[in-house]
Amino acid sequence: MNEILEKKQLNPTVKLMVINSPLMAKKAKPGQFVIVRVDEKGERIPLTIADYDGEKGTVTIIFQEVGMSTKKLGTLDVGDKLHDFVGPLGKPVEFSKDTKRVLAIGGGVGVAPLYPKVKMLNKNGVSIDSIIGGRSAEYVILEDEMRAVSDNLYITTDDGSKGRKGFVTDVLKELIEKGNKYDEVIAIGPLIMMKMVCNITREYNIPTMVSMNPIMIDGTGMCGGCRVTVGGETKFACVDGPAFDGLQVDFDEAMRRQNMYKDMEKKALEQYEHECKLGGILNG
Amino acid sequence: MANMSLKKVQMPEQDPNVRNKNFKEVALGYEENMAVEEAERCIQCKNQPCVSGCPVHVQIPDFIKQIANRNFEEAYQKIKETNNLPAVCGRVCPQENQCESVCTRGKKGEPVAIGRLERFAADWYMKNKEDKVEAPKKIGRKVAVIGSGPAGLSCAGDLAKMGYDTTIFEAFHTPGGVLMYGIPEFRLPKEIVQKEIDSLKKLGVKIETNMVIGKILTIDDLFEMGYEAVFIGTGAGLPKFMGIPGENLNGVYSANEFLTRINLMKAYDFPNNPTPVKVGKKVAVVGGGNVAMDAARSAKRMGADEVYIVYRRSEEEMPARLEEIHHAKEEGIIFKLLTNPVRVIGDESGNVKGIECVNMVLGEVDQSGRRRPIEEKGSEHVIEVDTVIIAIGQSPNPLITSTTEGLEKQKWGGIIVNEDTLETSRKGVFAGGDAVTGAATVILAMGAGKKAAASIHKFLSEK
Ligand SMILES: Cc1cc2nc3c(=O)[nH]c(=O)nc-3n(C[C@H](O)[C@H](O)[C@H](O)COP(=O)(O)OP(=O)(O)OC[C@H]3O[C@@H](n4cnc5c(N)ncnc54)[C@H](O)[C@@H]3O)c2cc1C
Ligand SMILES: Cc1cc2nc3c(=O)[nH]c(=O)nc-3n(C[C@H](O)[C@H](O)[C@H](O)COP(=O)(O)OP(=O)(O)OC[C@H]3O[C@@H](n4cnc5c(N)ncnc54)[C@H](O)[C@@H]3O)c2cc1C
Ligand code: SF4
Ligand code: SF4
Ligand code: FES
Repeated sequence: MNEILEKKQLNPTVKLMVINSPLMAKKAKPGQFVIVRVDEKGERIPLTIADYDGEKGTVTIIFQEVGMSTKKLGTLDVGDKLHDFVGPLGKPVEFSKDTKRVLAIGGGVGVAPLYPKVKMLNKNGVSIDSIIGGRSAEYVILEDEMRAVSDNLYITTDDGSKGRKGFVTDVLKELIEKGNKYDEVIAIGPLIMMKMVCNITREYNIPTMVSMNPIMIDGTGMCGGCRVTVGGETKFACVDGPAFDGLQVDFDEAMRRQNMYKDMEKKALEQYEHECKLGGILNG
Repeated sequence: MANMSLKKVQMPEQDPNVRNKNFKEVALGYEENMAVEEAERCIQCKNQPCVSGCPVHVQIPDFIKQIANRNFEEAYQKIKETNNLPAVCGRVCPQENQCESVCTRGKKGEPVAIGRLERFAADWYMKNKEDKVEAPKKIGRKVAVIGSGPAGLSCAGDLAKMGYDTTIFEAFHTPGGVLMYGIPEFRLPKEIVQKEIDSLKKLGVKIETNMVIGKILTIDDLFEMGYEAVFIGTGAGLPKFMGIPGENLNGVYSANEFLTRINLMKAYDFPNNPTPVKVGKKVAVVGGGNVAMDAARSAKRMGADEVYIVYRRSEEEMPARLEEIHHAKEEGIIFKLLTNPVRVIGDESGNVKGIECVNMVLGEVDQSGRRRPIEEKGSEHVIEVDTVIIAIGQSPNPLITSTTEGLEKQKWGGIIVNEDTLETSRKGVFAGGDAVTGAATVILAMGAGKKAAASIHKFLSEK
């Protein structure tokens, strides 16, 4: 259990791992996440279930190396075991039967949590346009996978090294202005991207689902650290979400809360990298 | 000849100004001679009022007599007959409301220090004897226990002793429930909890961590997997917030989050343990129970200069144990009583910079039997703080009740059970501890676990 069966580097900072977890693979649904601890002292970090295969008994995670815990996770190899792997947590996403046409928008590593939802919609015969974006060409992930489940796939990069130069929101605006009608938009990516998408879809009154990624500990509703304000009410993202009605989310508060430990996270990362360097010198 | 001193033999403790900077245990425990001296204060009452004051009916005079006779191992075995976790209960039971509250010696002077003696016997045994538990013969029937707090642990222990194949499913990566993530090291060393868990394992209890029941498996799945009965001991883990403006500012924690970061994730050893916690220089803890005291004393130990307990009633109504209130004061915690927060105030970047409060006066006695606090008009004032910890209570988590058809619950979330058997509205499903009563005590949860084990045995024997 919890063994890494496959490992792939998707771009300079994003890795994919396929984990052996038969029970979870049977239970997982799109929209749910896991909590991982890399080692005995490890932090509990939430990661979306990017794919799952009930028959093979596997769960796929895709993560961006942003700090100490994700970097440590990235050093594990095929054959290694995750110390802890808990899930499936969170509410599965639900779509109404009347949803016939969806616009899916993913930014950066946000395409990973977007993919299982789009895959499910596609299986249910929903027509899908997708926009995926990244800083530059090498940061665009899951292009082939997304293409396979979308009617139309648009790509944007900040520097124009792949697809269109610009932001995902540029294409979103164009598609709407062209007269495309969508029953729903799903947007997953950095908070600022989701906020900008919602600012546009609000104008056109298009229901918009976003997936929130606040700081979490338990993932079961016992700490309240993951609270987000939705429609003026406090919700716990780990049990009430992580998907919410984006038009109702207080993104400014969410952005503030995400930065709560910035200085300490930096310190942890510095210490870790220092130890790695020392380890390198000693071993090498 | 009985020792007629009116006072308990004093408990050796770390000096308040030393201990409020470390996480080591505050109360150091009796040495052998102290224990014997205190045991001699017990006058062996024929009617044993103390026993009826203990929720699990520990044979108090009997074990105390063994201590007085220096038969420490026998004393321990005597307690163990009815109490699975003596080292824990001796430390955290609210004895002043239970066994000691009805002790005859307490009518004139202090009662016998029953809790301290219980702790002594348990600690003596752990230090001097090898625990020779052997797994009993299995009878080939499977029972599932959900949650590994005191309720789940004692239920599983009793079932294992009767030969059931018992598996505990625990959501966290470490078993122990509140004993592990809530009550701090300085009151209950985690090593003690770990030893209790190890001895359960020796009894043959299997513990599967990282299993959130209701998500990875439902109760129906458990039955399908061949478990013939299920015990729910999932506690009351859902934190309450006050619903006042500013509660989502950076620097506002639930006590659960604050204590979990420190106890379970060992944030006091950051960055060696990479989970951070922000304590700040001035901390307000809202609430007056054990949880509030634990949060305040932990904040102090994490380096806060000033820590306030903000409580809307007076000290008399505080639900915390007397000893904890006393310890908190000794350690320099400042009590702001008859004070109620109305708003948390933030700076431009969304960090807490203060908490606005109003003064309260006590009015008539309310349903809870305590005098109702009423707001004093025009008494708004701001306490400058950079961290606010909310410790105003917890309720049961709905994860299981919402995924189990036919499991009836109270409006506030507690699972409804038959009080005699602890059976729920679902056949073969039993429940006990905080999940049924709402936040209560370790010993009550333990008692419920034992009672449920007996009911499960009866249910399965008749099946
Ligand atoms: C429901 C959910 C699903 C997620 N899915 C993915 C995913 O599929 N792929 C992916 O790359 N990332 C995902 N994340 C974000 C991921 O959890 C964080 O990037 C990771 O925890 C960072 O840890 P770190 O130690 O490497 O970085 P740190 O240096 O500790 O932190 C970097 C940033 O990550 C965030 N973060 C830190 N700790 C936590 C925590 N315990 N919980 C949540 N966020 C935290 C903060 O914004 C912080 O500023 C998800 C988050 C949530 C809540
Ligand atoms: C900070 C604090 C201090 C306290 N101090 C004292 C004290 O001094 N004296 C005293 O007597 N009492 C004290 N208490 C109260 C006492 O700890 C509780 O009453 C007691 O622990 C309840 O036991 P329990 O077994 O019912 O639940 P818990 O101890 O809460 O254990 C429940 C367990 O179930 C697990 N769980 C929950 N949901 C699931 C799920 N869906 N699937 C799997 N596992 C699940 C949880 O992770 C947890 O491990 C304190 C409580 C707190 C929080
Ligand atoms: S278990 Fe608690 S109440 Fe019972 S005798 Fe021991 S300390 Fe007293
Ligand atoms: S009531 Fe007090 S003195 Fe009497 S037997 Fe119990 S502990 Fe001893
Ligand atoms: S992560 Fe603790 S309540 Fe959501």
